[in-house]
Order: sequence, then C-alpha cells, then structure tokens
Amino acid sequence: MPLSVSDPTWYPIASSEDLPFRHVYQGQLLGRELAVWRADDGNVNAWENRCLHRGVRLSIGINEGQELKCQYHGWRYANRSAGCTYIPAHPADAPARRIENRKYPVREAYGLIWSAANDDLPFTGFPGAEGGDWFALRPMPVNARPGDVVAGLAGLAPDDQPADVMQGLSVRLGNIVYFVQPVDADRAVIRGLLAGKPADPIATLRHYNEGLTKLRDRLEKAAARKPVPEKLSPIFEKVSADLASMPDIAIPRGATLPVVVKRKWQNADGVVSFELADRDGRHLPTFQPGAHIDLHLPNGLVRQYSLTNGPGDLMSYVIGVKQENASKGGSKVLVESVRAGDVMAISEPRNNFPLRRDAARTVLIAGGIGITPLLSMSRFLDQSRLPYELHYFTRSGESAAFSSELTALHGRVERHVGLARDAIRARVSQALGPYEFAHHVYICGPGAMLEMVQEVASGLGWPDEAVHFEYFQNDKIIDQSSAFDIELARSAMTLHVPAGKTILETMRDAGLTVPSSCEQGACGTCLTTVIEGEVDHQDVYLNKTEKASNSCMMTCVSRAKSGRLVLDI
Amino acid sequence: MPKTPDPVTKNLWYVVAATDELPIGQVDTTLLLDTRLAMTRGQDGEPVVWLRSDEQKGDDIDPESILDRLPVKNAYGYAWTCLGTPSADLFPIPEFAEQDRRNMSCGSIGIHVSAPRAVENFLDMGHFPYVHTDILGAEPHTEVKEYDVEVSEERDEVLATRCRFVQPRAAKSATHAMEVEYIYRVPHPFCSVLYKSCPEDESRQDVIGIFLQPMTEESCRAHLLQSMIDSQSSIKDMRRFQQTIFGQDKPILENQFPKKLPLDPRAETPIRADKSAIAYRRWLSQKGITYGVIPQAS
Ligand code: FES
Repeated sequence: MPLSVSDPTWYPIASSEDLPFRHVYQGQLLGRELAVWRADDGNVNAWENRCLHRGVRLSIGINEGQELKCQYHGWRYANRSAGCTYIPAHPADAPARRIENRKYPVREAYGLIWSAANDDLPFTGFPGAEGGDWFALRPMPVNARPGDVVAGLAGLAPDDQPADVMQGLSVRLGNIVYFVQPVDADRAVIRGLLAGKPADPIATLRHYNEGLTKLRDRLEKAAARKPVPEKLSPIFEKVSADLASMPDIAIPRGATLPVVVKRKWQNADGVVSFELADRDGRHLPTFQPGAHIDLHLPNGLVRQYSLTNGPGDLMSYVIGVKQENASKGGSKVLVESVRAGDVMAISEPRNNFPLRRDAARTVLIAGGIGITPLLSMSRFLDQSRLPYELHYFTRSGESAAFSSELTALHGRVERHVGLARDAIRARVSQALGPYEFAHHVYICGPGAMLEMVQEVASGLGWPDEAVHFEYFQNDKIIDQSSAFDIELARSAMTLHVPAGKTILETMRDAGLTVPSSCEQGACGTCLTTVIEGEVDHQDVYLNKTEKASNSCMMTCVSRAKSGRLVLDI
Repeated sequence: MPKTPDPVTKNLWYVVAATDELPIGQVDTTLLLDTRLAMTRGQDGEPVVWLRSDEQKGDDIDPESILDRLPVKNAYGYAWTCLGTPSADLFPIPEFAEQDRRNMSCGSIGIHVSAPRAVENFLDMGHFPYVHTDILGAEPHTEVKEYDVEVSEERDEVLATRCRFVQPRAAKSATHAMEVEYIYRVPHPFCSVLYKSCPEDESRQDVIGIFLQPMTEESCRAHLLQSMIDSQSSIKDMRRFQQTIFGQDKPILENQFPKKLPLDPRAETPIRADKSAIAYRRWLSQKGITYGVIPQAS
C-alpha cells in the first residue's frame, strides 16, 4: 500500500529521551517535519516545523519552558495552543489576530512519543500494550521503503514462530514489538519496544542494535537496486484570509465560550479566586500577559477580570475577585452564588494592557486586587529571565492576595502594607525614579492610585507612552447633559444624541450593531475613530495624549463639545 | 528537471564573479539559472563568459579562442552576464563613481535558499536583534517603526524610506545605541541596494549592495558590494564586517521552509513591519517572475 500524507495512523516519532527540558527535537513523519518539544509542565508539543511568520524551522527555535521562541524574529508561541503571544517588531501591540502554528496530535506512551497526520483516529497503543512495562530500544534509521522495512523485520522471525504483522507498520516478534516510523517514501526509522526492563540494559541495547544494523545494511543494499520512489510532498496549508492582510491593531471580538468553575477559594481576606477550565479538559485560548476575559454573570451582567496565569499555562484560567462591602452587583453574585462545578460563559481573552518585552527596565505597580494582571506579567518576565520590579500596595488589615504565587517569582517583589497616602506617593516616586530611555511602568489598582502614579511619573519626566495602566472601572461621574449630532461616515447616517442618552445607545436605537463591554469607558471595546469634531472624553481608557489627539473616543461615555461629531462607523 | 526560467528572469543581468577574482587566461566555472557557465578574463582585464561544455575549472584557455560569448558587463567591481536578451543598461548606483568612496567587493557566499528569499531577508529589519545580535540590533530594542514603501513606476523599483532601527554598534566608533536610518532600493528582482546614515559624514550615506546569482531555484550566491565613506578602517576590516553579517544570515536562510519564496499572500503571516517584503512579493508577481518563487495560483 502506498504511503499517504494524510494517513491517520499513530506512529512513534521520537523516544521520550529525545525530549529533555528546554530542547526542541526535529521529528519527521510522512514527508513532513515536526518541531517536537516538552514544556516545563511536562506537556509534549508536536508542531509543523515552520514558523508561520517567515517559514523558519522551529526546531532551531528556543524552548523557554512554556513558550517557544522563533530564532528569526523572536515570535513566541505558547505551550499547548501554539498560539502566538508576542511579536517583538511591534512590542506595544498584543498580537491582534489569532495566529496559531499548525499542531499535530501527540501522545507520550511506553517511552515513545507518538503522532499522527490528523485527529481522525484515537490513540489506542497496540494490542497488549496496556499494563506492560516497556523498554525502548535504540532507534535505527534505514534508507529504504517503510513497507520493505516491515517485511525485513518480519523476516527476522524464526521459522517455527512466525512474526505477527500488525496494524500501523508494526511487527511483533516474541517479546519485542517493532514499529516502523515512515519518515518518507524512501526512509524509515525502526523503533523497538522490549517487554520488561532487561537486567543489563546496556548489553541488551547493544545486542539489538547489532542485529538491526545488519538488517539495515541488507535493506539498504536491496533498496539501492530498486527505483527510487517519489517523495511524499507535504501540503503547506494556507493561513486564513484575515491573517494574510495587515490590518491595523484592533480589539478581537470573539464569541463566548463555556467554562466550568473548577475551583473557588478564599485567596486572601476580601479576595476570592476562581479557576475556570474547559469542560472537556482541552486547553483554553492563548492569551497575553495583561489580558482579561469578560465573564458573563448569572444576573446578566458582564464584568472584566484579568488573567493571572503565566506563559503557556492554558489548562485553566485563574482570576481574583474582590469582595466588595458595598457591592456593585458584579462581584457580589460571583462571590456569593457561583460554586465549583457551575458552568459560565467567558469571552476569549483580550488585551488592552499589553506588556512590552523590549524594555530596559520594567516597573510594575499594583494596588489591592490590581495585582492580578501584574502577576501574569511578572510570570512572563520571570520565564524569559527579564528584569522587573513589582511593587504591591495593600491596605492594612487586607492581606496580600496570591502570596504563594508571588513568592515563587525570581524578580524583585516588594510588598508595602498599610502605608498612608503620602507614604505611598513617596514610595512610588522612589520606585520610579527619573525617566530613562526604554523604561516602562505598568499600573493597576484603584482609580485614585492610578491617577497618583500617573501624576508622579509625569512629574519625573516619564512620557505617556512609557506609562501603561488599566482601569477596571470608571469611578467618575459621567456628565450626560449635552446634546449634539453624530454623523456616521461609513454608514452614511446622521443621528441626534439627546441629553441623558449615550452615543452607543443612540446608535443601537437606530438599528446598528456596535460592540461594547463595560459600558463605562474602562475596557476599550467601543473604541471608535473620530474624523471631525471636538470630543468630551469621560473615559479612563485613553491616555492624555490620545485624548488630546481628538482622533478617537469611547462611544459608551464620551460626548461632544462641538455641535457635531463625525465618526468612522 | 530544472525548469526553463521565465522570460523576465532570463533576460536580466546577473553577477557571476568579482571581476578581480577571475583568473586571466584560466577557466573558472559557475552555475546560473541551472545553466553551467565557464568564464575567464582576457589580457585587457575584461571578463569573458560562455556556456560551459567540457571545460574544467583551472584549465588554461586563450580567451581569444572563445567565439560564442554571452553578453557581459563589468560594473561595480563585478562581472555581469545574461542568458537571454539583456537591456542595454544596468540599474544605476551613482554613489559608486564618487571620488572619495571606498568601493569593495566583499566576497560571494553560497546559500541554499532561493535568491528572492535572500533579497527579502536583506530588506528585513525585524531580524536584526535576533540574528545579528549586538551588531545590527539587540534585545530589547526590537521595534520596527512605521516606514514608507512605494513601487516607483518610473524607475521600476521597490523603494522603502524612513526605515529606522536602534543599533547597538552602528559604527566602530559608536559607544552607545543609536537610531540608524535606512533607505532600501530593490532595482532588480534579485538585487538590492541599501543606504545607511554614515557615522563619519552626516550629510552622506554609506551604500551596501547585494547582488544575487540564482544558481538553481533553491540555491544562490550572494555577492556583496560596499561603497563606504570611512577613512579609518582597513578594507579588510570592512569586508570582514559584512562577511560576519552574512555568515549569520546564512543558517537562518537555509532553515527557511519552503526554500522558494511563496508569492501567495496567504502562504505566510505578514505584519506591519513586513511592508517592504509584501511590496517586493507583489512586484515579483506582477512582473511575472516564476523562477525561485512559488507563484500565486491564479
Ligand atoms: S520567521 Fe519566525 S519570527 Fe519571523
């Protein structure tokens, strides 16, 4: 039977030993190359051996433990999902599009790594595999057709004990099972499994190796007399149409996905944590440090929570929720009525708070529950061994959340408990120091603290682009008293926005579908380009420079200072 | 079976050797577009190139006896030839003629990748910090700032301007990182010329040219030219510098997959930093070039 590039059979592609930590192994199966690597959590990844950016082999990439970094332009791909998490050429943007390397199914069993061309068949091992204690022999590459290699192996059997030729190019000879890994139409690797661990492993390995070497020489001699078969040519699938163009950075607006609450626990005084996982035990979508998800609450509200996870850590998302005394409706429902086992809907992670990994110095400043996105950032910086400082301010009486996670970090982590306003200010000022080239600060915490840090930073000469922050909510009182017209350039529509109604509501009333999430000028989902007119910004999402540019606004809270606004909608 | 090159490719001029390195009265051999060539230099110093039959490298030969010659040009220190009907002129590099320039060929390096892949790599700034670490770039300065690209109708070339990149050692004398400004020209489907701010004279630019000789669809030789304003360094050092850079590109290029340049926009994932590469791919496609590329399915 001729080999086919889409053969769904599982074949061994490596020995477990070929995958030490922090290495990338180049595997081959049915004419295609694979980049095979073990992440620090033990998970084995088998990806097409090609960076989706410019085609460079990922087997020459760097295994950073939870991410694989391409050597050509430093793109990073996450363990499990193979999703791209960072594009260094544009460090201020989180990858806006879902870029994912091609993955192949992979399994580790009996000391071997197995893969298949596709997911059409479940992994079943081989008859009698379960429960056995298997010992992997040294692989033997052979330049001959895989089918001929199988026949050659079967020929090794003594006359009175014929070989058992099984499915998937494998042969059982007494207490050994040989698998033939079809590398290409004219090449194969013999991988043997011996039942039971031998008393003298080295001698055993040598013994079988000698036998297989003789077989190889015979097979290669025979192959040289036959015509060379045509090589298998793997198909490089095309990237999706939206990846092929170069859109400006946009906020991805994915559909929701169901997750199950795997665990709920009191993380610290006033902070409850939730662990959310896929219902079928698959990994969740790739995220970038600083990303948040929208959580759809049982009472119909939607709230944003930052992910605290580290790189490539996709088996569940962990969020932290503050128990507010004066409940705003959101966290109260979560804390009081959501239990482990409940199913909830979340959005795909989105990132309005991207971390640059090209800074000469990174300062992270967290206040209270604001630690959540910064914990994730610290974990990413930690894994890449980049220097950072994390300052975590908590009120007295409130205990620090995620204590053990913080202790596991290697960077400079400083906790400041119960400082008075002025003392916090002084500490922040000291932590920041005068601005220098390629320094960046990230802040997350209560509104007052965010404003204070921004003020201090700007006093020390830090430019807006170096000060990154994320508000969870907009505490400002929104002035809705103005009335004005909006002209929607692309929809060719003019609408009147009366006092007491938002632009967003007005557009929806007119039948337009416009995205929104927090509806309080904090999350950035409704960001819109302004073509003409003067904006009355009331959001906390845009920075000063962006506001002053008068070129964008949030339709959920912003209004017009002029009589008319022209929007790119 | 090697494929016959498309007419556009066939009618172009190609570098086959550094003129100075061609032995006078002795045969040298090479491969261009899957065609075996023999070459030598006459007593007058002018290159002679012809289709190779049974000549061997190192054979003595009287150049006068070669009657069936391919067209040749001696320009920018290199011998150029053509397998078809060439245009009269080669693209101009006017700086080369300036009195105080130091012009040098920096050697020829064989690379197992298609010529257009090598051109694209030459245009690419994003790889500096990773491939040319601590020379042309260094982490953390990985950002590729917005730049402009146009395909100039009148000159029929791709032009990328306002390219800026932070370099740790832009020049030998540099003590700290500085932003270097570049202009890239692609005046020939397999050649590119780079203009780089010159540390010694702010009003002028150093020029670096790369001329690719496509040997087969999946292999080429890169011939490098430097035209510098540098009164300090020795030619040897300046050469070595470029060779170091090229030696770093080689293993990366040879690990590119597929080896031919895919012209279908959906073959790989571009980002904003790849603007010039996108323009280059489109330009090749519009010209109808099929050699060394994977053409877009129509
Ligand atoms: S080819 Fe991998 S990052 Fe560009």
